[in-house]
Amino acid sequence: MENIYLTIALSPLVGAILAGFFGTILGKTATHMLTILGVLISTVLSLYVFNYHVLEQGEIFNQNLYTWMQINNLNVSVGFLIDNLTAVMLVVVSFVSLMVHIYTIGYMHDDTGYTRFFSYISLFTFSMFMLVMSNNFMQLFFGWEAVGLVSYLLIGFWHHKESAVQANLKAFLVNRVGDFGFLLGIGLVLAFSGSLDYMEVFSSLGKTMNQQLWGLDLITIICLLLFVGAMGKSAQVPLHVWLPGSMEGPTPISALIHAATMVTAGIFMVSRMSPMFELSDVALTVVMIVGAMTALFMGLLGIVQNDIKKVVAYSTLSQLGYMTVALGVSAYSVAIFHLMTHAFFKALLFLGAGSVIVAMHHQQDIRKMGGLRKKMPITYWTALIGTLALIGFPGFAGFYSKDMIIEAVHFSTLPYASWVYVAVVVGVFITAFYSLRMFFLVFHGESRVDAHTAKHLHESTPSMTFPLIALAIPSLLIGYFTIEPMLFNGWLDNAITVVPSHTSMAELKHEFFSAASMISHAIQTLPFWMMIGGVASAWVFSIYRTQWADWAQKKCHRTNYVLESLYGFDRFNDIVFVSGVKKLGNLLYKVSDVGLIDKVLVNGSAKLIGFIGKIVRPIQTGYVYHYAFFMIVSLLIILTWALFAGDNPLLEL
Amino acid sequence: MNNFIEFDTSSLWAALPEIFLLSAIVVILLLDLFLDKRFKQVTYYLTQLSLLISGLLAFNLIGHPQTIIFSGSFVLDNMASVFKVFMMGATMVAMVYSRHYLRAHSLFRGEYFVLVLLSVLGMMVMISGYSLLTLYLGLEILSLSLYALIAIARERADAIEAALKYFVLGAIASGLLLYGMSMIYGISGSLNISDIASFASSANLASRETLIINFGLVFLVIGIAFKLGAVPFHMWVPDVYQGAPTSVTLLISTAPKIAAVAMLVRILVDGLGSMHAYWSDLFMVLSILSIALGSVVALMQTNIKRLLAYSTISHVGFIMLGFATGTLTGYGAATFYMLVYVLMSLAAFGVIILLNKKGFEVDQISDFKGLSKHSPWFALMMLIIMLSMAGVPPLVGFYSKFFILQQVISAGFITIAVIAVIFAVISAYYYLQIIKSMYFDEADKDITIHASIDMRLILSINAILILAVGLFPDFWMTLALSLF
Repeated sequence: MENIYLTIALSPLVGAILAGFFGTILGKTATHMLTILGVLISTVLSLYVFNYHVLEQGEIFNQNLYTWMQINNLNVSVGFLIDNLTAVMLVVVSFVSLMVHIYTIGYMHDDTGYTRFFSYISLFTFSMFMLVMSNNFMQLFFGWEAVGLVSYLLIGFWHHKESAVQANLKAFLVNRVGDFGFLLGIGLVLAFSGSLDYMEVFSSLGKTMNQQLWGLDLITIICLLLFVGAMGKSAQVPLHVWLPGSMEGPTPISALIHAATMVTAGIFMVSRMSPMFELSDVALTVVMIVGAMTALFMGLLGIVQNDIKKVVAYSTLSQLGYMTVALGVSAYSVAIFHLMTHAFFKALLFLGAGSVIVAMHHQQDIRKMGGLRKKMPITYWTALIGTLALIGFPGFAGFYSKDMIIEAVHFSTLPYASWVYVAVVVGVFITAFYSLRMFFLVFHGESRVDAHTAKHLHESTPSMTFPLIALAIPSLLIGYFTIEPMLFNGWLDNAITVVPSHTSMAELKHEFFSAASMISHAIQTLPFWMMIGGVASAWVFSIYRTQWADWAQKKCHRTNYVLESLYGFDRFNDIVFVSGVKKLGNLLYKVSDVGLIDKVLVNGSAKLIGFIGKIVRPIQTGYVYHYAFFMIVSLLIILTWALFAGDNPLLEL
Repeated sequence: MNNFIEFDTSSLWAALPEIFLLSAIVVILLLDLFLDKRFKQVTYYLTQLSLLISGLLAFNLIGHPQTIIFSGSFVLDNMASVFKVFMMGATMVAMVYSRHYLRAHSLFRGEYFVLVLLSVLGMMVMISGYSLLTLYLGLEILSLSLYALIAIARERADAIEAALKYFVLGAIASGLLLYGMSMIYGISGSLNISDIASFASSANLASRETLIINFGLVFLVIGIAFKLGAVPFHMWVPDVYQGAPTSVTLLISTAPKIAAVAMLVRILVDGLGSMHAYWSDLFMVLSILSIALGSVVALMQTNIKRLLAYSTISHVGFIMLGFATGTLTGYGAATFYMLVYVLMSLAAFGVIILLNKKGFEVDQISDFKGLSKHSPWFALMMLIIMLSMAGVPPLVGFYSKFFILQQVISAGFITIAVIAVIFAVISAYYYLQIIKSMYFDEADKDITIHASIDMRLILSINAILILAVGLFPDFWMTLALSLF
């Protein structure tokens, strides 16, 4: 089996290297054939691994393959931990990646960076595999940084666009904030358990959990720091600001990286660390609340967006919030379940949006579309499936996963769970509203397409429509077939730990009969009617009485302003972090290099240092005596401190 | 120490690298006088040769058990040999880069190389010094050569100014250091590190004796902090880095840091290790100040030499943080960080020097604009260097930071680690700025590179090492740890 795992990880890497170094020699066709072949091999083998581990209940594989370095107590290895959780992730990542590779042939057809792009996405696939297959924190962190780096490269792929460069800088910096939290968490794990191996760390948790730090349980601090990492990667409030900006990159990577795989790395990581998070109710509560805020407030922003990709991006943020909420209420398997269904239908929606964008000659404003249904039938029907899955229409994949999250919150006993419940239920209405608003504006109603574009409007090429169809099938069916085994028949039991006092999952199991019965009971549930309400309002505002939308916008101009300025997160960051740090730098620069001493101290002590001043005065600046004076003052301060610090004997004399 | 120094020639082998270098200096100095202008290159090659031989001699001594000669004032141990080898290597690389710079700015003179060799000799004495006086002697040989080196660009006002500033402030720092040494000598009755160590660790110290040691300690720490360039004794660093000719800046920012760390180890670890509780708090404060100020003030800089000066200050903070932990692994981590820093600093200044050409001094960040178009290879090298300095894995700069933070957390200073990390995040910004101007800005002047093949080759190897050591850090970390 070891060779199979290695092949899964390495075949995209081989593709990436060939495409990256020999792409220009190989030519376009050979490049995309090679990289697609690499990912195809991974996909087939991932399915085999899935079958072996999940369906045939094969042994967990946990082995170090290569010792990277061994210094005192620090052992860093490359190793694989393959259990059912990994197997599910492998299938999701490889399948979506394969679809995106195929789609790229059509989407990037005329781009000058064609081979470079294939190299990047294959490299990304490799990094993502290393991340999910890791059996230790260090490799996890490396995969984490590697996917971040490729994402950075791809957001700025069109680097002649100033906005793309700004966006990738932002993504990089925001992710650094998350990463350093993550790194500190890993540092604490290492300091207190002496190992970076998952299994060793988990088995030593008994010792760790009793310790205190800063008045909190150590385990709480570790979990919170790790979660900061997850917040960066999975774009949770307030570290979400980079994800909408990342839409500057080409659409295939929005589908692959910023919807289906990389951004869910945080969700995966928290699920992987479930034995740790389960020990801290405080951390879980924070996770749940952050998730709920993201789910609700980011969804609201989706309503006022007019860029087709931005709408889908905000919906991704909101759905990531849902997954995080599920993590918070200890329903890890539900989070992974939603991660899986979301990967399929959101990749589908993004690729559908890409198809529309290409047809519209890179026009992304949904107010300038409309009536595309007739011209682009395949895109229309697949987008419909994707949208229905996203809003949780009974029977579609998203219906099961989202309903389970809402139910899990309902059963949660954590503090504030009832508020979170309200947030996620209202979120259903909002999701339905913005999704259908976009859907109606793009595909239905009067055509607002300009005459030139309208003439050339046609369905996309087969290499782009095939992935749409291939992703529509799981978006429609996968929920129905996998809900029962995944949530209630123990598919993920060997990877996820839930302590008995967190009863959400147990209650869910108690309530659950079958996937079919969920559909028939849907009509009696609140989320269903919220969804219907959302669809109906979207229809009213964007088809039936479009002037009402303008009217509402005028009436609620304050709310509108808040939403359109994205709650001011960006402005806050600009003012506080960007210019604030610059100002602080300027201030300290003046203080240390020129200011403070000159104005405050020197005048009074001019005589003391006068003779040094005389020596150096001819040398233009004359500031050197400030420096000297600064040194002497520092010396005096330190001496005073040495005198009074601690158990100084002089005080006893 | 009361008897006269016996001159035992049979133990001279332990100081062979120093003795060889000293003889070489004399020979080169005399030879250079009689060399015709056309053959000035000979001085350069002889310099490289004597550094190489001296380095090989030091390499040969690795693995010898600790040997103390000259009545306890000179020590040969593994740390001394390893440090010397690294310092020779760093200086040789620095000389390759220097030659390009000196030629471009018509500063190619024999005394430059002689002064460099003298400063190297000073550093070697500092590394092997085992009495306070030897250490001070080494420090002065080093410092005086450096003052002269900075002023070698006689017609440049800013270079002269930098030299004088460094000289005046350095004299004050030396005074403080000597004052501290005299206190330690006064209370312990000996200048020898080993005697001081046994005095300081004896159980029955009177409280007044502790106090005097403590005060002496403060002065010693300040002297060392000045040499390292730690806040608040950092004021000279930006001015000197900016004012000195870039090849001298390169020299100052690399090898002397090894010597300063060695002096730190000799005095504070070997000598006053038992007083650790007294100096570790001080180190903690100085290092956090350095990391904070270095990271934040660098944001405002447009002059790349000045920017790297502040970046040095923040790196020095990390090195001192490692020593502040007070564990052997912490010292090892700090040593590893120091070696990594030297590697990165060499490469960073190397790239700056590379862009210099006849009559064109490169010292602004904007001079890097559009480098990726004109020389994608060296832009990539600079990218590696900057990302490594920012601490991005898998480059070696990441490990060195990680290793230090791990030790700091293990020693229980979690708040300190958090603060250090926050400032490390801030510092990522200005490294990115350089990358941005290389990759995303258009060049506004001609930046074609005219450099000899050896310069290009060594610089490439230097930068690739940053990546390679990052991929296989095992050996270097083990080496750094084995020194303690």
